[in-house]
Amino acid sequence: MSELARNWLNIIVILIVVFSFAALLSWIERRLLGVWQDRYGPNRVGPFGVLQVVADAIKLLTKEDWVPPFADKAVFVLAPAIIFATTLFAFAVVPIAPGIGVADLNIGLLFFLAMSSLGVYSIVLGGWASNDKYSLLGSFRAAAQMLSYEVFMGLSLMGVVMLAGSFNLHDIVTAQEDLWFCVPQILGLMTFAVAGIAEARRLPFDLPEAENELVAGFHTEYSSMKFGLFFIGEYVGIILISAMMVTLFFGGWQGPLLPPLIWFLLKTSIIISCFILLRASLPRPRYDQLMAYGWKVMLPLTLVNLLLTGAIVLAWES
Amino acid sequence: MEITFYLSAAIAIAATLMVITVSNATHALLYLIVSLLAVAIVFFVLGAPFAAALEIIIYAGAIMVLFVFVMMMLNLGKAAAAREQGWLNPGIWTGPGVLAALLLAELAYIFAQGGDTPWGTAAVTAKEVGIALFGPYLLGVELASLLLLAGLVGACHLGWNQAGIETGHEEERGHENG
Repeated sequence: MSELARNWLNIIVILIVVFSFAALLSWIERRLLGVWQDRYGPNRVGPFGVLQVVADAIKLLTKEDWVPPFADKAVFVLAPAIIFATTLFAFAVVPIAPGIGVADLNIGLLFFLAMSSLGVYSIVLGGWASNDKYSLLGSFRAAAQMLSYEVFMGLSLMGVVMLAGSFNLHDIVTAQEDLWFCVPQILGLMTFAVAGIAEARRLPFDLPEAENELVAGFHTEYSSMKFGLFFIGEYVGIILISAMMVTLFFGGWQGPLLPPLIWFLLKTSIIISCFILLRASLPRPRYDQLMAYGWKVMLPLTLVNLLLTGAIVLAWES
Repeated sequence: MEITFYLSAAIAIAATLMVITVSNATHALLYLIVSLLAVAIVFFVLGAPFAAALEIIIYAGAIMVLFVFVMMMLNLGKAAAAREQGWLNPGIWTGPGVLAALLLAELAYIFAQGGDTPWGTAAVTAKEVGIALFGPYLLGVELASLLLLAGLVGACHLGWNQAGIETGHEEERGHENG
């Protein structure tokens, strides 16, 4: 098979798999939440309720696609597409297994950070264009939250970059052959996990859409498939963050016996389940607690990690 | 690759023109973001992927978000857009437009000559600027940084909750007032 054809095949297969897994994740999440809260969750449509996804999709598609007359129409329509495009683009640099992955960029890690920083616009502009107060408050919160947590998200990964000596995600995975970075970079892993949940706006960091005070936050005015894009975009974001955690801290595709692809999927699924478990067990913090936690605890922690890692790497080399 | 360069360069120029002429401030900001992204692709195509990534992370991803944030706070409505429209009448922009066109013509002339510094003096490189800044002019740099520090301390002081006002109980106070 020619190089070009293989690349296209890679792109299309990864797109389809990510997209359908994201849709399926809405069912998985509800079932798992059910298990942990001692109830069933959706179990009526199809075997184990798995066709609930199809039912939900049909429901969303047949709903009226309403654009409020007071909204800024162009930006209102554009906003949900941004989050979807940026998170899917970020998948381009994730090395799933040797030979499976779209682009082998030398600045892969920076590309991921760039795409996740652009994702903020979707939330902020969506809330602004809706032109109503709940949406606006939600997007205020989103802008402040994501901007603050982005700062140490980047910093928390610099320890990994120091150890691997590269921004290239392939190199980072191969550098973990002997020891996964979750051991020497435990502080980095912890801070990146927190920042990742905040970037994906998952509970306990879902203040932009806190439903008991802001109706639905930034996507209050969205309906039908535009809401669906925000909804699926969030799940794609979770998959992306989990895949990045596996790549950066848990040795990527590496593992004994099983083929690389299976290892990668297995590790990613475990981390996704941990994210869902977090949702089932943690309450939502107050907004000022969230900001204080980010700037006063997480940021100093990443800086300490950065200093320690730098000092140890220097001492090791000399 | 050449076509991607020219295409993204054209997008950058078109988007920047829209930044200046669009009367809705938020739309102008969106065009500015597009322009920054286009410049990032230009960097990437020219073989500077690191600069491209930083351009997106810092400018498009952080600084412009702050701009959008402020724009949302100001809540500029139709009145502001109408006022902007008034500023764009030909009587106002022809003067600066002609002067800017003259500068553009000058730049085109310099490039047509081969891009050398015209009077035979040596061009000042980034390295020389750095050496000068942190050599003979070190005192000036330090003074400027002190000035910035003073600004930072001032902002910190203004934002400090000295009165000990409890935040997070907005709803209770709202009840008392209403």
